[in-house]
Amino acid sequence: MRGDRGGVRRRKDGRTEGRKGRSRRVRLVELAHARSGDKGDTANVGLIALKPEYYPILVEQVTAARVARHFQGMITGPVERYELPNLHALNFLLHGALDGGGTMSLKTDAQGKVFSTALLRLELDIAVPR
Amino acid sequence: MTPRRGQPTVRIAAGQGFWGDWLEAPYRQVTGGPIDYLMMDYLAEVTMSILQKQKSRDPTLGYATDFLPLTERLLPLLVTRRIKVTANAGGVNPRACAAAVAETARRLGLAGKVRIGVVTGDDLLGRLDGLLARGHALTNLDTGRPLHEVRDRVLSANAYLGAWPLAAALRQHADVVITGRVTDTGLTLAPMIHAFGWGPDAWDLLAAGTVAGHTIECGAQCSGGNCLVDWETIPDLANVGYPLVEAHPDGTFELAKHPGTGGRITVAGVTEQLVYEMGDPTAYITPDCVADFTTIRLEQAGKDRVRVSGVRGRPATDKLKVSIAYFYGYKAVGTLVYAWPDAYRKAQAADRVLRQRLADLGLQFEAIVTEFVGADATHGPLARNSLALDELPEVQLRVGVRSPDKAAVERFTREIAPLILNGPPSVTGFAGGRPRPEEIVAYWPALIDKQVVEPCVEIVEV
Repeated sequence: MRGDRGGVRRRKDGRTEGRKGRSRRVRLVELAHARSGDKGDTANVGLIALKPEYYPILVEQVTAARVARHFQGMITGPVERYELPNLHALNFLLHGALDGGGTMSLKTDAQGKVFSTALLRLELDIAVPR
Repeated sequence: MTPRRGQPTVRIAAGQGFWGDWLEAPYRQVTGGPIDYLMMDYLAEVTMSILQKQKSRDPTLGYATDFLPLTERLLPLLVTRRIKVTANAGGVNPRACAAAVAETARRLGLAGKVRIGVVTGDDLLGRLDGLLARGHALTNLDTGRPLHEVRDRVLSANAYLGAWPLAAALRQHADVVITGRVTDTGLTLAPMIHAFGWGPDAWDLLAAGTVAGHTIECGAQCSGGNCLVDWETIPDLANVGYPLVEAHPDGTFELAKHPGTGGRITVAGVTEQLVYEMGDPTAYITPDCVADFTTIRLEQAGKDRVRVSGVRGRPATDKLKVSIAYFYGYKAVGTLVYAWPDAYRKAQAADRVLRQRLADLGLQFEAIVTEFVGADATHGPLARNSLALDELPEVQLRVGVRSPDKAAVERFTREIAPLILNGPPSVTGFAGGRPRPEEIVAYWPALIDKQVVEPCVEIVEV
């Protein structure tokens, strides 16, 4: 069940109940690891499932639109997503993420080295088996 | 080349992931176990313009000078063990680099024992006006702007050459191949082309060698360094083993490291490196081929050993990437540290004071960027919302400015220190002194027709 859909009731223990059954809110860091780098003013974030069975959850929930919302105010351009099912990984290109990038940027993370960890803060609602 | 498990194997060791990487790594790669090639990557995009500046002051400079003490230390071992070297240490002056290495070799008594291959032809700086006049616009790949807009500020321009000129040097029995701007992956692919006799249209094989190059081009970043997955359990990073590629003629290879070294080589860690600086994974474009990273198969083949297979490739394009550096303007970054209580709010107040003073002085900046290190510098608002901001023991105020006007940036650097006595309280951390204005050398990526770039291979006998 997706967290941003209607019909969801949050329980005291942080789990939610809805039409399709129970779900649990997790941070992406519990499901995936990541590494990022730069190409000019674009940061890339490679997101890798910690277990192969998590990969479909990433594909379904960590969409380009969702990632763009997550980074709202931190990037000026669009987000692209590519799938690497062979590596259980997704690759995101975050355009306009680095204040011009490289030598131009005034940011601490001018080369987007830790953008990956910022993505791992994303919260997802994942189904809990009954 | 040594036979192993029925297939010949060539061992290529990564010794340097960038200019400034661990000085001990190449020595350990040469002495820690059997290898056939030592691969060293020195050139980041901005490096070429720095080297071009050095060359303009002294025509015998313009290469990675760290390469010389390294060759002094390693050459006798390399000769004894018959290990060959591929390195893009030549920067914008590979011939001068080769001459200096030759002199080192002679001084070490290695005359007649070392052949140096020199790859040039990548440097387009002297040809730029001719190329522009003949209709090569060298349009910026990111912005779409034509190069003539910044032509008078261009500091360096280099096409990325691929593996083939290096392979040609190896075929002419070069022991040390020194290049200018070649792709990082080409330094690893070339020994495979040479050892296995791969053809120029063996796209799957060339793609496999390219993937091998990508995995080890950042040194220890594929053997436990900067590795997030299970990072706290990665053993003995103090003695981290840099990666080796054990390549086979069929394009499969294993990633490994010398026995007794620290770090870790796992499928998860190698995957992290594969996605590093990745664009469209189905089209990893090099001068040699287009590799499809969605075809890569990884399997754990033993402790600290990952087997890579299945790589597919497509024909190379008819373009080469050109890396152009040009003078953009000036920047400076100033920092101050504010302490509890209210560390974050004090830093915010100081930022407001600073910005008002800059505005009152009428200084013009293209950008002013404020970060509160400890609160939001790397994760922005994502972290700020979940922190007990009032309780932070300290926050570093970090303000950067960028401008074409050097005087404005210079004046900014003089507005930081006064805040210590005339701004918000509990401030420290100015021991480094006034920040210095820095020149910004910006990067201009472009494409050029392959046919107008002519790689040149020479052999220098020692």
